[in-house]
Amino acid sequence: MDAPTPGPVPGPAERPAHAAPGPPDRRGPAATPESGKPRIQLRGLVKSFGSKRVLDGLDLEVEEGESMVIIGASGTGKSVTLKHIIGLLKPDAGSVVVDGVAIEQLDDRAITEFRRRFGMAFQEGALFDSMNVFDNVAFPLRRLSRKSPREIRQRVDECLAMVRLDGLGARDISELSGGMRRRVGFARAIAHEPEILLFDEPTTGLDPVTAALIGEVIRDIGERLERTMVTITHDMHVAFRVAHRIAMLDHGKIIAEAPPEGFRQLSDARVQQFIHGEAEGPLTDQPAGGGAGSGEAGGFGRRPSANR
Amino acid sequence: MESEGEAAAGASRMPGAGEGGKTSLLPAFVERFLLQMGRFVHMLGRLFAWTPRPPYDWRELLRQMVKVGVSSTPVVLLTALFTGMVLALQTFTVLKRFAAESYVGTLVALSMVRELSPVLTSLIVAGRAGSAMGAELGTMRVTEQIDALEVMATDPIHYLVVPRVWAAVLTMPLLVVMADGVGIAGGYFVSVVLMGANPVSYLNTSFQYTNLNDLLSGLIKAAVFGLLLATIGCQQGFYTTGGAEGVGRSTTAAVVLASIAILAADFFLTKLLF
Repeated sequence: MDAPTPGPVPGPAERPAHAAPGPPDRRGPAATPESGKPRIQLRGLVKSFGSKRVLDGLDLEVEEGESMVIIGASGTGKSVTLKHIIGLLKPDAGSVVVDGVAIEQLDDRAITEFRRRFGMAFQEGALFDSMNVFDNVAFPLRRLSRKSPREIRQRVDECLAMVRLDGLGARDISELSGGMRRRVGFARAIAHEPEILLFDEPTTGLDPVTAALIGEVIRDIGERLERTMVTITHDMHVAFRVAHRIAMLDHGKIIAEAPPEGFRQLSDARVQQFIHGEAEGPLTDQPAGGGAGSGEAGGFGRRPSANR
Repeated sequence: MESEGEAAAGASRMPGAGEGGKTSLLPAFVERFLLQMGRFVHMLGRLFAWTPRPPYDWRELLRQMVKVGVSSTPVVLLTALFTGMVLALQTFTVLKRFAAESYVGTLVALSMVRELSPVLTSLIVAGRAGSAMGAELGTMRVTEQIDALEVMATDPIHYLVVPRVWAAVLTMPLLVVMADGVGIAGGYFVSVVLMGANPVSYLNTSFQYTNLNDLLSGLIKAAVFGLLLATIGCQQGFYTTGGAEGVGRSTTAAVVLASIAILAADFFLTKLLF
């Protein structure tokens, strides 16, 4: 790895835009969490791959029972952020603190144990194609719990019902559509009753109707299980549907965070451009290699020649 | 879609990955060789560290033994049959010049048991099962299935690599014993049926000079070659980057590197065992 390079301290212009917590989004979860206790803390995360700096001093807190949605364009470091939270990646600098434990300091064995409290749904499902739907959902139960085969069957059925796939346990993975694969991935993520749920780009590549259904399923899971959830997406419909709070990531930093209603009203031009999906604006005016140091995080940035 | 940085993320936990910004004093091929060796030793170390730890997945071990053994059996036996036949054909005509054709059986049996069965069987299994391991694990890597295992508190080496490697180690000697028998039978057929050698004399000379040590050394070679081909196949798949193209590269590398390793190890084992 490259030597850790701490990112510059953000100046006033670079600090994230915040909004006072407003009323919860009409289509979002019914109530915001009340505990206020931080469950996940990302402190000054820096991560580079070769000369490319993907995270550049990222700070974020997720509270107990909160549904946090991180939005941002492809290449801005959303998946990398999620993989840091669950310890699949270690930061070059900064810290990931979950329940008071800095997980980058855990050894391989300790981190394996630590991951039991997480459930993660991957972008394309990451289902084991050598198994059918039932065995995929039962996998964490067989590995992580002492449940009897009968209890496992019962729990798998419950989980499949929660993601609206009742009775499809015997299906092969190859027989599933993209949306169904995501939902099987959700069922597998919640099967062992984890305390923290992570969703990686749950609607990428899906049609709008299926994407809306996926959003509903995530919201249902959030309401029924009352778990801490982190979802990364660039789908604003899903973001507004499932979030208690939305944070926007650009060039490896959080540039804005607010509850859904407040987020819509933020005056930051980058946020407004992203919400409205406009081609012209400050996000697309930024050069790809601009910012602190060489090889910055990706994002919308045009190639320099395109700005001439 | 996965971005460039995010794609790199999948590879960043791998030994030697994510160091693109550094300049190296070593030639590229030396660096690649050292990287492969480092990964091989790292994987072997994790394999031995995880092997004694529960849970023991006997069903998966058996399933992998069937995949390695059953899928390779027909082609291994065919290869052994024709190798034994050609060996008998070649040696019969040469030894006849010295009136020593009665030693054809000895030559075929010793060659098959000590050298040809283990090496040829291993090369065939590397092409079939080793490449399949590379492709399977490579696909699992690029579709995030290996990440999913880690997220579910399951070490991928323990779950994926341990049963595959030990299945190959246990299955290879069984395949080699079968190949020995079929190769010797092929030699018998050519010498006795086609060339008219005395059957009793042929069988006598076949086993008179072939002892248990010859057989055991062949089986030890087979087990070591099984360890090499499966570890290399799994290693290539495990460290795959770059989507479908990367899986193709890993599959090819699994066969090429395993074949080289088998031939190199054969020399050292032969020196050690005889």
